[in-house]
Amino acid sequence: MNAFITHFSFDFLTGIRNRQSLLMNYLFPLGFYLVMGLIMTEIFPLYKEMLIPGLVSFSVLATSLLGIPDPLVTAREKGIFRNYRINGVPSLSILMVPALTTLVHLVIVMLMISITAPAFFDALGPTNWFNFLIVFILVAWACIGLSVLIGVISPSSRMTILCSQVIFLPSMLVGGLTIPHSMLPEIARKFALLLPATHAMNAFNGLAMGKLPDFSPWGSVVVLAFGGLIAFGLALYLFSWDSQNSTRRGHPLMVLLALVPYLAGMFLL
Amino acid sequence: MVKPIIQVENFRKIYGDVVAVADISFSLQQGEIFGLLGPNGAGKTTTLECLEGLRIPTSGRLLVAGIDPSSEPGKLHNLIGVQLQSGALPESITPEEAIKFFCAYHDVVPRFDLLTRLGLGEKRKSQFFSLSAGQQRRLMLALAIAHRPQVVFLDEPTAGLDVATRVELHNLIRELKNRGTTVILATHDMAEAEELSDRVAILLRGKVVTIGSPLEITATGAGLTKISVRTEQGCLLPDGSSNLPAVTQYLVKDEYSIYFSTSIGATLAAIIEGLAAHGDSLIDLRVERPTLEDRFLELTIEGEDL
Repeated sequence: MNAFITHFSFDFLTGIRNRQSLLMNYLFPLGFYLVMGLIMTEIFPLYKEMLIPGLVSFSVLATSLLGIPDPLVTAREKGIFRNYRINGVPSLSILMVPALTTLVHLVIVMLMISITAPAFFDALGPTNWFNFLIVFILVAWACIGLSVLIGVISPSSRMTILCSQVIFLPSMLVGGLTIPHSMLPEIARKFALLLPATHAMNAFNGLAMGKLPDFSPWGSVVVLAFGGLIAFGLALYLFSWDSQNSTRRGHPLMVLLALVPYLAGMFLL
Repeated sequence: MVKPIIQVENFRKIYGDVVAVADISFSLQQGEIFGLLGPNGAGKTTTLECLEGLRIPTSGRLLVAGIDPSSEPGKLHNLIGVQLQSGALPESITPEEAIKFFCAYHDVVPRFDLLTRLGLGEKRKSQFFSLSAGQQRRLMLALAIAHRPQVVFLDEPTAGLDVATRVELHNLIRELKNRGTTVILATHDMAEAEELSDRVAILLRGKVVTIGSPLEITATGAGLTKISVRTEQGCLLPDGSSNLPAVTQYLVKDEYSIYFSTSIGATLAAIIEGLAAHGDSLIDLRVERPTLEDRFLELTIEGEDL
C-alpha cells in the first residue's frame, strides 16, 4: 500500500510539473472552457444550458484520450516497464496509477468549471449535484478505461494519436458536446450512440441537469459503467511489459470487445 | 559442497529462426564476480534477461537463488538487482523520488546515501531527463543495489562514465562482493572484466567458448609476450635485429622496436647482448603479458573460422 501511495504521489506531481501533462490536464481543457464560454454563449444563448456538462465531458475526453495513452506507449518503448517489472511494480499499479491521478486532475478541473461557469457565463448549474458527481465518475471511468486500453495495445506513438482521434474527433462533432444530440440528422444520431460522449451528455442532462434526456439516461449509465469495466479488463489482460518481446497475451483485435456495450446501446436505446 | 547461487544448464534461446543462445551451462557461487564477455549479438543480454525473468528460455534450466525466473518471476524481484542496458525511468522523476519509489516496492528503507556515494548528491532533485548519460547510468546502478539484493546483474555498467566515477563504481562492486553479493557483469570493457572478475565466460554466437579466471584464460592463448624497446642510437630498429630468438612477429612504432616472443628470457637476453655489441643504451623497455583483450581477440578471430 505504501508503494502504491508513493507511486501515486509521484505520478500526480508529474501531471503538474511535466509541461505536456500540465497542458493536457489543465491548460487545454480550461483554455477551451474559457474560449467556449466567451464565444458560444454569445452566439448561441441555448449553449448556456449545456456548457457545464459539455465542457466537463470535453475535459474528460481531452485529458484522458490525449493525455494517458502516449506516456504508456513511450514508457513501454523506452524500457521503463521492464525496469518496473524487475523491481516488482505490478501491472495493475502501472495501469491504475495514471488512471487514478488523471481522475484527481479531472475532479479539480470539473470543480473549477462547474463552480465558475454560472458566475462567469450565466451557465445552467446542476440541479442534482450527487447525480452530477456519479455521472462524472462514470464518464471518467469509461473514457479513462478506453484511454488506458489504447495505451496498452497501440504499437507506437503515431498509432496512439490515430486511435485516440478515432474517438475524440467524432465526439467533438456528433457527441453532443457542442450541438445537442436531438439536433443531429437521424443517421448521425444512431452513429453517435457508439461514443461515450453521447452517453455522458445524455446521462448528465437526464439525471443531473434537470433537462429532458434524448433517450434513457439509466441506459447511458449502464453503457458507461460496462464500457469502463470491459476496457480496464481488456487493458489488464492485453498488457505487455516489453515492446521487443514477441510473446504477449491475447490478440490485439480483442480490443474490439470494448465496443460491445456501445453497440448494445446503439441497438437497445 | 555449497549450492551455487546461479545455475544455468543447457540453456537455449531461439528468436524465430535465430539461435541467440545455444545450450550453454555454467554456475556461480555466492560472492563471486562473474564477467560475461562477447561481441555484439553473442547472447550476453539474452542470457541476462532470461536469468532476470524478462524472457522465457526456449529450453534448459535456469535457477537464481533456487528460483526458476521464468515460472516464478514474482519471487525474484527482492533477491536480484538489475541495471538494464536499455533501462530507463520516467522523464520527470528525480533521483530522490526514484530511490523512494523503488525502495517502496521492495519494502525497504530508501537509501539516499547511495546518491551521494555515486556523485548524484547535488542532482537529487533534478529531473531524470536533465541528467547526463553518465549520471543516468549511475542512478540506475544505485536503484539496482538499493535494496541489498543477493545477486546483481550489471549490463555495461561503466559505458559513458568518466574515470573517477568508474573507479568509484569498481570500488562499489568490490564492496558488494565483500558483503557476499554475487555480481554478473556483462561488458565490452576487457580491462574492467579482467580487473574485477573472479571468473569470466566468453560467448561467441550464443556459445561459451571459454570459461575460467582471467589468468587461466590468458594462459591458454598463444602466449605471446609483447616486448617494446627504445634505445638512444636505435640500434635495434630495422636491419638492427628482426631475427632475435623466439620472436614470431616484429614491428616498429614511434621509435620503438616491438617483438612478440614465445620466450621472454631468450629474447631479452638477445636484446641486451645486441645493445652491448653496438655500444647503445636503453631508454625504455616494456614487457607486457598477453591480456584478456588479446585472448578475446584471438578467440573472436578463431570463432569467425568456425
